[in-house]
Amino acid sequence: MSTIKMTVNGKSVSAEVEDRTLLVNLLRDTLNLTGTHVGCDTSQCGACIVHIDGKAVKSCTVLVGQANGANITTIEGIARGDELHPMQAAFRDNHGLQCGYCTPGMIMSAIDIVNRHHGDLDEQTVRHELEGNICRCTGYHNIVKSVLDAAGRMKVAQAAE
Amino acid sequence: MGVEGIGASVVRKEDRRFITGRGRYVDDIKVLGMTYAHFIRSPHAHAKVVSIDATAAKAMPGVVDVLTGQQLVDDKIGNLICGWSVSSKDGTPMKMGAWPAMAPDTVRFVGQAVAVVIAETKNLAKDAAEAVVVTYAELPAVPDIKAAIAAGAAQLHPEAPGNVVYDWAIGDEAATKDAFAKAANVVSLELLNNRLVPNAMEPRAALAEYNDAEEHFTLHTTSQNPHVARLVLSAFYNVAQEHKLRVIAPDVGGGFGSKIFIYPEEMVALWAAKKTRRPVKWASDRTEAFLTDAHGRDHLSHAEMAFDKDNRILGLRVKTHANFGAYMSLFSSSVPTYLYATLLSGQYNIPAIYAEVMGVYTNTTPVDAYRGAGRPEASYLLERLMETAARQLKVDPAELRRTNFITQFPHQTPVIMAYDIGDFGASLDKALAAIDYSGFPARKAKAKSAGKLRGIGFSCYIEACGIAPSKAVGSLGAGVGLWESAEVRVNPVGTIEVLTGSHSHGQGHETTFAQLVAGRLGISIDQVQIVHGDTDKVQFGMGTYGSRSAAVGMSAIFKAMEKVEAKAKKIAAHLLEASDGDIVIENGEFKVTGTDKSIALPMVALAAYTAHNLPDGMEPGLKEGAFYDPTNFTFPSGTYICEVEIDPGTGKTEIIDFVATDDFGRLINPMIVEGQVHGGLAQGIGQALLEGAYYDENGQLITASFMDYAMPRADDLPSFKLSHTTTLCPGNPLGVKGCGEAGAIGSSPAVINAITDAIGHNRIEMPATPGRVWTAMQMQQAAE
Repeated sequence: MSTIKMTVNGKSVSAEVEDRTLLVNLLRDTLNLTGTHVGCDTSQCGACIVHIDGKAVKSCTVLVGQANGANITTIEGIARGDELHPMQAAFRDNHGLQCGYCTPGMIMSAIDIVNRHHGDLDEQTVRHELEGNICRCTGYHNIVKSVLDAAGRMKVAQAAE
Repeated sequence: MGVEGIGASVVRKEDRRFITGRGRYVDDIKVLGMTYAHFIRSPHAHAKVVSIDATAAKAMPGVVDVLTGQQLVDDKIGNLICGWSVSSKDGTPMKMGAWPAMAPDTVRFVGQAVAVVIAETKNLAKDAAEAVVVTYAELPAVPDIKAAIAAGAAQLHPEAPGNVVYDWAIGDEAATKDAFAKAANVVSLELLNNRLVPNAMEPRAALAEYNDAEEHFTLHTTSQNPHVARLVLSAFYNVAQEHKLRVIAPDVGGGFGSKIFIYPEEMVALWAAKKTRRPVKWASDRTEAFLTDAHGRDHLSHAEMAFDKDNRILGLRVKTHANFGAYMSLFSSSVPTYLYATLLSGQYNIPAIYAEVMGVYTNTTPVDAYRGAGRPEASYLLERLMETAARQLKVDPAELRRTNFITQFPHQTPVIMAYDIGDFGASLDKALAAIDYSGFPARKAKAKSAGKLRGIGFSCYIEACGIAPSKAVGSLGAGVGLWESAEVRVNPVGTIEVLTGSHSHGQGHETTFAQLVAGRLGISIDQVQIVHGDTDKVQFGMGTYGSRSAAVGMSAIFKAMEKVEAKAKKIAAHLLEASDGDIVIENGEFKVTGTDKSIALPMVALAAYTAHNLPDGMEPGLKEGAFYDPTNFTFPSGTYICEVEIDPGTGKTEIIDFVATDDFGRLINPMIVEGQVHGGLAQGIGQALLEGAYYDENGQLITASFMDYAMPRADDLPSFKLSHTTTLCPGNPLGVKGCGEAGAIGSSPAVINAITDAIGHNRIEMPATPGRVWTAMQMQQAAE
């Protein structure tokens, strides 16, 4: 057992967990942040993506010890109160989700994609960058639309800040 | 119908919880004292279970119990059932072997459970499972159809000699023989429809609770049809009585058919919750899902079509072998028969059809309905044949289809189905325009100059949706009726709850069903709440599959709404001192036509519940229910055209353009309809280019993770070009047909037809991976 301390969605948390605990299990089972999902166990599907120190990471492949002291953001932590993150709003407005299971991972991955490309994205780049996230419902058509839409919104939001 | 009524692309009411991480899926739910189940599964495809020693495991800390298949037998828990009885052509009923939820003596596929560990945590359960010693005596296994029907093949079930479940046929054998005898041309094809794994992104899960004071069970489960689950669990499996079992299917992360069936794990979780007096949760991991979720497709077919000298079809003869896996899953028997062979007339006038289907057991995961369920297999066979015929007869593939289109409706096919309406030529024309068909030769030439092989392929599909009517499916062997129920509750303050037996697991019912109600009353969809997925709330329902929720589920809501409106009009008329025949409903108000007198819906609702001033003899309240049983299937149809480019150096196929023109009748929410088509297309294209479940010669599934099974990813697919034509379905009050499966039904033949066009011959099977395409091209060059 080890004591793990980290910041999750802006709050300091501390937990006593087995060393073999995966980050996704800490988030879901200990912290009750069930928005982060497990879809495959082999780091293929991306349903478990969270941000560790600002970078998109598959939390099913991270032992909690590796994230000790880190700053974690999950799907529950990206809206500002009632105001959705532009990526969340874009997924809703473009029908970028159906069953919703892959959606948190998609959104967390997509925010990182937009950040890394500084909002300069085209369809081909988005499709290539989303290779690590599997969706079975949407055929990706509207997810790609959502990410491109959000890239524009995030640029505008950043310019305003 | 207003900005939020039928026809409006409003954004989905349910989305906010999903995009903020507040969805509530089964594995998100925790209850006090919850334990975790981990199943011990056979590593062999076929073996005798010699012994199970759980002594060491039971002594481990945190282990609550280890339960075995023999204990299920001892507790008289029933075997899994197949709910659709199909007889062979000689009249004998299908030959089924017993399927216990955990095998007490014989395992017949890799992944079949033999025991379950119940422990305080998931990790402890997994650790203890390692300490359970199961001794097997291996038996020879049959991994595929050919092995199963070979002389001397290992036998799976004593009840099914030769591993044959049934040898079924439909159509007129003699008339079809005559048609071929007078044919000017005959086209034939051997086809393999590859085995697929549905792979909803949320793995299956179950959380079972037992209250021994009340002898009452609660089951949270990943189900497309919680009421059917409750019925089967109580009536057949003997784990709980129907009135003592509440089944809840909360947010469910996709189904595609695989969550219709009632699997061993849910049954065992309920039984174990009672045995251990502890809540039991089981959540599948992805490899368990590959091994135990019902697979789809897996047909081997020989098909031949007879044409007269004017290229009109005279007859179709089909012989199909369907792989059922090791056991008959819940609706498996109907898939390669009544959901497949009844669609073999396609969009065409075919005077004579004869189809034989032999269903066989193999030592593989059970096979059942997967998005389209039989209809993709039918459209693949027929549309590959039509394209092959066009090339053999040297006619344009679009024109060969047009020559043979059914143009008069209703149309009775030789294989049961009576098509009610359609305009196949309209869809074809629109799709041809969308892809710029006349410009294709120039595009092909340009691609050639760039060293690429360009091909174009068609698919003109028809399918049967809204699976129903009850009387018809009952006469064909279905064990259930296929109606739907609805209840509309207008609350005293005028907000509305709609209880439906349909289940949404991605389809957006919370929005589309609300649009119907809101549109009729002229109120906002925010005032309408859709309640589904809980047997304690909704009286009964048949669930969601077969693209039936609009055509059947919404029609039930429509009927209930008519009753609610009729009563509300009477109340309004009474309060306004008018005749109820003069009341119209507009913008949430009940108005007396031709006057300025009106009363708002909340006041009518309040009057219904205060009951201070109702018409004489009227019961208080404003709540009505309806059951709706349609008169026919619905028949969505359309034309899909795919254009591909192949790199001859690598064999890699790139989809350059994909056009889908569908006739779904009236569209409730075009945005959601298009989303359904996108997803279906991805699954059909996935089948054509990427996906395949493969077993080795010993019956080991060698594609049991996303590392090995190629799921379509964003960069495998193009953006799709969608359009619609419309003939309103005459069989239901909304004129809707259903849109959930069309994409998966129509797309795979279009892709393969495009590839065969590009490479210049027909010897390619799905999935057309780069390796297969490259090899096929070398065969062609060798032949030249």
